[in-house]
Amino acid sequence: MVTGLTVSERHMALFVLGALALAGLAMAVGGRGDPLAVHGYIVLAFSLGLGFVVLSALFAPEPPESRLSEYYDDPTRVGIILSLAWAVAGMFVGVWVAALLAWPELTFVDSAWASFGRLRPVHTSGVIFGFGGNALIATSFHVLQRTSRARLPDQFSPWFVLIGYNLFCLIAASGYLIGVTQSKEYAEPEWYADIWLVIVWVAYFVLYIRTLQRRKEPHIYVANWYYMAFILVVAVLHIVNNLAVPVTFGHAKSYSLFSGVQDAMTQWWYGHNAVAFFLTSGFLGMMYYYLPKRAGRPIFSYRLSIISFWGITFMYMWAGAHHLHYTALPQWVQTLGMTFSLVLLVPSWASAGNALATLNGAWHKVRDDATLRFMMVAAVFYGLSTFEGSFMAIRAVNSLSHYTDWTVGHVHAGALGWVAMITFGSLYALVPWMWKTERMYSPRLIELHFWLALAGTVVYVFAMWNSGIIQGLMWRTYNDSGTLAYSFIDSLVAMHPYYIARAFGGLLFLTGAVVCCVNVAMTIRMARHARKAEAGGDVPLYGQAGAAQAGE
Amino acid sequence: MKEFFHRKIERNAIGFVLAIVGVASIGGLVEIAPLFTIHETVEEAPDMRLYTPLELAGRNIYIREGCYACHSQMIRTLRDEVERYGPYSLAVESKYDHPMLWGSKRTGPDLARLGGKYSDAWHVAHLMNPRDVVPESVMPRYGWLKRNALRIDDLGEHLAAQRDVGVPYTDAMIENAVADARGQANPDGPEAGGVAERYGEATNVRAFDGNPGTLTEMDALVAYLQIVGQLTQAAHQETAAKEE
Repeated sequence: MVTGLTVSERHMALFVLGALALAGLAMAVGGRGDPLAVHGYIVLAFSLGLGFVVLSALFAPEPPESRLSEYYDDPTRVGIILSLAWAVAGMFVGVWVAALLAWPELTFVDSAWASFGRLRPVHTSGVIFGFGGNALIATSFHVLQRTSRARLPDQFSPWFVLIGYNLFCLIAASGYLIGVTQSKEYAEPEWYADIWLVIVWVAYFVLYIRTLQRRKEPHIYVANWYYMAFILVVAVLHIVNNLAVPVTFGHAKSYSLFSGVQDAMTQWWYGHNAVAFFLTSGFLGMMYYYLPKRAGRPIFSYRLSIISFWGITFMYMWAGAHHLHYTALPQWVQTLGMTFSLVLLVPSWASAGNALATLNGAWHKVRDDATLRFMMVAAVFYGLSTFEGSFMAIRAVNSLSHYTDWTVGHVHAGALGWVAMITFGSLYALVPWMWKTERMYSPRLIELHFWLALAGTVVYVFAMWNSGIIQGLMWRTYNDSGTLAYSFIDSLVAMHPYYIARAFGGLLFLTGAVVCCVNVAMTIRMARHARKAEAGGDVPLYGQAGAAQAGE
Repeated sequence: MKEFFHRKIERNAIGFVLAIVGVASIGGLVEIAPLFTIHETVEEAPDMRLYTPLELAGRNIYIREGCYACHSQMIRTLRDEVERYGPYSLAVESKYDHPMLWGSKRTGPDLARLGGKYSDAWHVAHLMNPRDVVPESVMPRYGWLKRNALRIDDLGEHLAAQRDVGVPYTDAMIENAVADARGQANPDGPEAGGVAERYGEATNVRAFDGNPGTLTEMDALVAYLQIVGQLTQAAHQETAAKEE
């Protein structure tokens, strides 16, 4: 893969890795006696390791000019594999922490790294940023080139984005295990990881814009609107919510710039819009390309796409306050948050409806093709969980649901049912294109994965609905004498069967992800065996364009 | 007409970028910016004191171990919550909390009124093995806290960084941070007196982990847990005022 880079790009890579190694060394020296040093050594080892990979092919001949008439898909291929690796790791830790809530001693007792509080963010970051983020980056490179009919402008920057992003994920996940966290949910990584992510993200944005400027299509396709909103708004959220002052530059620890109520509002403005622009917008981009492609149908309505896109981009940013109902946040903000959360249902259902209506005329394919069925079920879960979200944002409902497992169930209806399913569906469509095989190694394994994923999601969500609502009711139940009927521990004991069911649902879902990995690995092997096959079927100007824009 | 307009935007990547940033910025600006300027957002609490260096170190351990993932520190204005946990939380109580630890999930109970509720010995036993004191608990054990010596050499830098983000630590507090941390956990030692002098007579000065000789992470965490909700009595006064 390094041989695909031009000689000057290889020099550039070496230069950047050298600079990174120096940064790692500085962290290791400056942070002696602090967890920062551990991260310094990780950065150092990471950049030196990759440096050797580049060095080993430094003197290989220049790649042929013919590469410029093809799309550049190496980073997408690697991104798919990284995404699946993170999926299995993140979901494994998820099942582990789920089991810990049913059987608290099911760990390396007395090992700090293996306690629930440190493992839990490894799960959340692992699946959201590791699995989801890599899938977004990998698919965005693919979709961007196809819908623009332009090759990425250079070969270095996509690698910088992909590998730099994974370094961020690695720093994040290893940090939690050694006790480095900001405690801001879904923004746990400390200041130096945050700064690094800003650098990577700027490179991502520049790469995106440069490719769009080279496009040979007059219009920017809907999928790219969503990917752009994902890149831009995540940058804004990330920078504002992570403003902090490090103790010293030799400390991993920092103190956030905001405190108390302002910090809470900023955090949930970030937290809810991480859901919106990371877990929704980016994946809608995925859906708007792979679903019509796989179904062989144009998007149902172009106008609906416009309404839902701008609706989501505008309204989500107001909704975060519904995480803080009945708290010390001023009520006018809570009311705004609730109002916009309710109106948000309109653009959300417009998107879900647009996706499902696109399948009209292709329902027989949904029946026969598990890949398309993954995407269809994802759209259904997207509709369901956005409805549930709007419902839970109502103050009266929130008084019951907040702080309970219902929230956890809601998140997983979205994360398993929508995000993971659309990703798996898209990957099953994408892998054969990327490795130039006719189809996945085994359609039956896709079928198996589909049912494991669906069963796992349903078991998980039902378990959490039950436990959450029971919990919420037990906390507020009064007995005849007018005092609270249940102690807190009574409610915890009542959760036990549901916590077992939840862990089981998660295990089913994890098993499905492992099946997916096997299938992808076998497809890649199959492709290697039959390498001789056709070249040049996938060419910018004359090849198959992206899905036709609806309304044309 | 509208469609034509949008077709034009779609042809201009930079214009599209600006439109996204503009449209997405409005919500945050309207909801967050006024929280810094509207005076009533945070109540007055003249009796509010600062975290001592030991309590701050304990708070950082609370953050490090991810306690916030299962314990909220925000009692909502609902009858059952006030009766279960105590007076509802006020914004001023987390005025010096960088970051706040309001939490989002109660796998365990809310901790906003935990300070002073249990003895130090209960906390130590509970953290060593929660099931020794609450048989049904699913909380992890935290045995390493008792083994790990607390890092105190950099506490002055921690306080200085806190001052940079707006917490009014004085020069004397920053200079004496290390001594105050030692003093607070060693009531009979020579450094104990300065703690009350700088942070108020009501400050807990005790051998929190039961061993005055060594300063462990357990000392720090228990010192923090005993002060949660105790920095100001404003919440109790507000509730009392409402009842009158």
